[in-house]
Amino acid sequence: MTDITSPSPAPAPAAAHRLAGLREVWFYFSHSRGAVVGLVVFVALVLVALLAPWIAPHDPVFQYRDAFLTPPVWQEGGDPRFLLGTDAIGRDILSRLMHGARYSLLIGAVVVSLSLVGGIILGLLAGYFRGWVDALIMRVMDIILAFPSLLLALVLVTVIGPGLFNAMLAIALVLQPHFARLTRAAVISETNREYVTSARLAGAGHVRLMFSTILPNCLAPLIVQATLSFSSAILDAAALGFLGLGAQPPIPEWGTMLADSREFITRAWWVITIPGIAILVTVLAINLIGDGLRDALDPKLKRS
Amino acid sequence: MLRFLLKRLALLIPTFIGVTIVAFFFIRILPGDPVQVLAGERGVSPERHAEVLRQLGFDLPLWQQYFNYLGDIFRGDFGTSFASKRPVIYEFFSRFPATVELSLCAIILATVLGVPAGIVAAVNRGKWIDQATMGTALVGYSMPIFWWGLLLIIFFSGYLHWTPVSGRIALSYYFKPVTGFMLIDSLLSGQKGAFLSALHYLILPTVVLATIPLAVIARQTRSAMLEVLGEDYVRTARAKGLPPRRVVALHALRNALIPVVTTIGLQVGVLMAGAILTETVFSWPGIGKWMIESVNKRDYFVVQSGLLLIALIIMTVNLIVDVLYAVINPRIRHQ
Amino acid sequence: MKLMKTLMTAATLVALLGGSAYAKQLVYCSEGSPEGFDPALWSAGTTFDASSRAVYDRLVDFELGGSAIVPSLAESWDISEDGTQITFHLRKGVKWQTTDYFTPTREFNADDVVWSFQRQADPASPWATYVDGASYQYFDSTGFKAAFKSVEKVDDYTVKFTFNSADSTVFVNFPMDFLSIGSAEYAAQLEAAGNMGQFNTLPVGTGGFQYVDYQTDTVIRYKAHPDHWSGKEKIDDLIFAITKEPAAAQEALKAGQCDVIPYPIPGDVDALSQDPNIVVSQTPGENVGFIAYNTQQAPFDKKEVRQALNMAVNKEAILEGVYAGKAQLAINPLPASSWASDPAGTIGTYDPEAAKKMLADAGVENLSLKLWWMPVARPYNPNGKRMGELLQADWSAIGVNVELVSMDWPVYLEESSKVDRDGAVMIGWGADNADPDNFLGVLLSCAAVGSNNRAQWCNEDYDALIQKAKGTFDQAERAAIYFEAEKIFHEEAPWLLLAHSNQYLAHSKRVLNFKQDPLGFHRFDGVDVAE
Repeated sequence: MTDITSPSPAPAPAAAHRLAGLREVWFYFSHSRGAVVGLVVFVALVLVALLAPWIAPHDPVFQYRDAFLTPPVWQEGGDPRFLLGTDAIGRDILSRLMHGARYSLLIGAVVVSLSLVGGIILGLLAGYFRGWVDALIMRVMDIILAFPSLLLALVLVTVIGPGLFNAMLAIALVLQPHFARLTRAAVISETNREYVTSARLAGAGHVRLMFSTILPNCLAPLIVQATLSFSSAILDAAALGFLGLGAQPPIPEWGTMLADSREFITRAWWVITIPGIAILVTVLAINLIGDGLRDALDPKLKRS
Repeated sequence: MLRFLLKRLALLIPTFIGVTIVAFFFIRILPGDPVQVLAGERGVSPERHAEVLRQLGFDLPLWQQYFNYLGDIFRGDFGTSFASKRPVIYEFFSRFPATVELSLCAIILATVLGVPAGIVAAVNRGKWIDQATMGTALVGYSMPIFWWGLLLIIFFSGYLHWTPVSGRIALSYYFKPVTGFMLIDSLLSGQKGAFLSALHYLILPTVVLATIPLAVIARQTRSAMLEVLGEDYVRTARAKGLPPRRVVALHALRNALIPVVTTIGLQVGVLMAGAILTETVFSWPGIGKWMIESVNKRDYFVVQSGLLLIALIIMTVNLIVDVLYAVINPRIRHQ
Repeated sequence: MKLMKTLMTAATLVALLGGSAYAKQLVYCSEGSPEGFDPALWSAGTTFDASSRAVYDRLVDFELGGSAIVPSLAESWDISEDGTQITFHLRKGVKWQTTDYFTPTREFNADDVVWSFQRQADPASPWATYVDGASYQYFDSTGFKAAFKSVEKVDDYTVKFTFNSADSTVFVNFPMDFLSIGSAEYAAQLEAAGNMGQFNTLPVGTGGFQYVDYQTDTVIRYKAHPDHWSGKEKIDDLIFAITKEPAAAQEALKAGQCDVIPYPIPGDVDALSQDPNIVVSQTPGENVGFIAYNTQQAPFDKKEVRQALNMAVNKEAILEGVYAGKAQLAINPLPASSWASDPAGTIGTYDPEAAKKMLADAGVENLSLKLWWMPVARPYNPNGKRMGELLQADWSAIGVNVELVSMDWPVYLEESSKVDRDGAVMIGWGADNADPDNFLGVLLSCAAVGSNNRAQWCNEDYDALIQKAKGTFDQAERAAIYFEAEKIFHEEAPWLLLAHSNQYLAHSKRVLNFKQDPLGFHRFDGVDVAE
């Protein structure tokens, strides 16, 4: 593990060690077919999101007033201009999906970063100091967890006003206790290990002990949890959009697209089916990656 | 054991107080109030507005309202709904059975299908049946639930006409609710076919609500089984030459089920209060949907007491799960 | 799969066999839960359908399928010379409903009428706040309270109302739901028992259907009032099955689980009409959807700017995209079917080029506008968000930078009324009664600035005309005054007029004599079902 004789651990061996660890993780990860498929799909999505302005066939908010609710191209009445058809006010669905990928991925990334950072800090503080700090933080987490997460997010968004960013904040807040609990548990089990005691004896300060000694050794479960949260953030944001509290018009967020087209359930299947498939595929890809990472990082499963 | 239980209960007290604070202040920070909602486009004169707020006690300082609220709760008074003018507790219990019925059915379905699926997958680890089961489970786990519900409605109700679109029982059956659980009430009513009808109406919402717990339970069962199958005593049993089926049934399953039971228990809590999306899609008259509508109507008493009751239920279920877990697994008690 | 089929067949079979073959039953898939059963407390059409329209009668009523006023509990009435007194002559032999919870000992008489008005008018009445937060808001907001002076019993079958001034808009309130007549005897019993709240949960009326049971958010059951003064209704059991999803209600109608559904999705209407077992009816709606500029905010205080914005909007696209073509573009701020709607009004021209020029001529550059879009669907505007997106595109085309804003509905209502509101607000109105003042006065008069006049528009000439019309009792004379007022409206353009959405209703072929109501009620008097 970390160098125990010198107060400042030599950087080179640690880096090498980490590199070896990464290589090992990749070795196990790449042996899972599902995980690789998930990763490929995810990378493709990221590329689409990044390149959306150049590869999308149309402006996602431009309304073709002569082409309301055009079916996809393979269906009777389809228009070759619009591969996946148009929505209720003549916007190209394919272009909206491509631009929408940006928002969904952004939601996932922002929510995970916010809740990860918040959860890690709280969890570290609680697990490291114990006592009243721990009690206070964990009770607050208990309170958050005592409410159904979607309901809590919904009330929060209503309080701070509907909108994409506020929805992200609310979701991050309700996901964050999971990170805090996980970090705390890991910190508690690590704190009494030898290497921590040695570092402390060597005179390392609180901050240093928490962040550079203990934290790196608790990362594995957090990474897995982060991947899972990424997908649930996308689902929750879509659900908030579905309940009318997510992205504001004319932003092409997938959940909102779905909610807007609910009334077409019986006469324009494509406006409701296609965004749903996009959500499902994205979430599935991320979950596949999450499973792969968990298997690769979990020593128990590797052994058997 | 008693000490453990007492400790857990003591921990609930600060959480409970925190929950009342959150429930109380949340709805009050929301801009807009119930009087305006009721008035709609027509509006309400400022004098009338102030008068109604005063009648409801909303003109008092917030802290005073909060303590009145706490006092009322300890006397068992959860206030009156502004929207319906009926006691919140009455409104709650006229909807709660619908949610419980749906959640229980969903969790039963998820367990009945999920546990065997997980076992089969674990026993056949790496074979196609494992991959197929776990692949399906992952798709289920990734499903946007509201979209899934809509798809099922389009297909089974709209296209095949196999299932009703919404409701709890065919309207030709009529009886006074006794327990509020349609399945039980339909049996008690003694009317022919009523039970079947209630079941028929439950199928689709149950399937939708069960989708995610089913996936979670199947995955959890599989990994718990794998873990146990790798343990020494199972290996010993195998080495002794016991038939594999017996090994699985006798030794592995019992131990593997401990974390699975916990998972199921926690899912119950999640489901009971978290059926919001399913209730919305199927117009199921449960508490999740009621809470959303009440937030929109700014029905203060309903939201504050409803949130509190829901939180109490989740806390209770989690406590029971914790205690059960401690009973099964003594190591936990000493942590 | 097989199990599902078996279940279904079993359930339908038993339902057919076990269902009451002798009683005529009609299932109405209502769109929401009633707020309560005392109509005077509430304002939602859903509540009125479930309470006043089924259970109660009023002194006078709207004719079936129309908005003309016809006798009901009052057989006739006289209006005094000076217009300040109305005397009603009551019908004799009207029986109250007998239910599990109330057995009447007498017939309907003047005491019931006096009580029904006094409880709302008199703040000292124990009924003024008989449930927490009780608020007779319609009594207040329609201006009836301000106009009302007294009600007195002349004899058992004669009642006299006195009003503060002669006002031609007062009488049209009498057929409205908040003036439903309740039983003074039932009220007295509840008062004595200390259980007044029951008045709002278990109603007793003289109407065609009496309350049997309500299971929260699920189903309301009524049965025909056997002794109704106009004879027993043909339907024996009336059932309101609460179905909040319109798509679900449509499926239920097709599957035969509902007989009548109130709000089919406009876009699905054509497909529904194809079904051989379904009848779809429509009426032009007594409503109007519009955008109110803030005429007190620069530069929207210039009428040229408002006219230019109006000219830039492609209303046909809105008609298609938002209303699915199922609406009439508005030519006046009140429905075209009204006698006060000037046939010379127009929907305006669509000319982005001219609009651009007009803005330039008015010296307005880089115009920015906040557009408030409604977060809820209302009969006059089924999709505020989509309308916002369409308007944004249209106005962007003439170089106006449009920011779409929205907020929670209660906040929206409050904030959009404020005089210093920033931006144009999407809103609308549904008629309470057939009086033109219900649109032209309520929404555009100077007195309504800061409340219902969301354009914050106070034009003295217009206002004078509206006041003059209120004091005029001759219809032709009144119409001429309103025509003049509408000309001012068009010239000043405080609103972007949009549409009157059609009201649709679908019912199964087995339902007979169902008349769609232009005011948006759902009434089951006179309706029959085929065996």
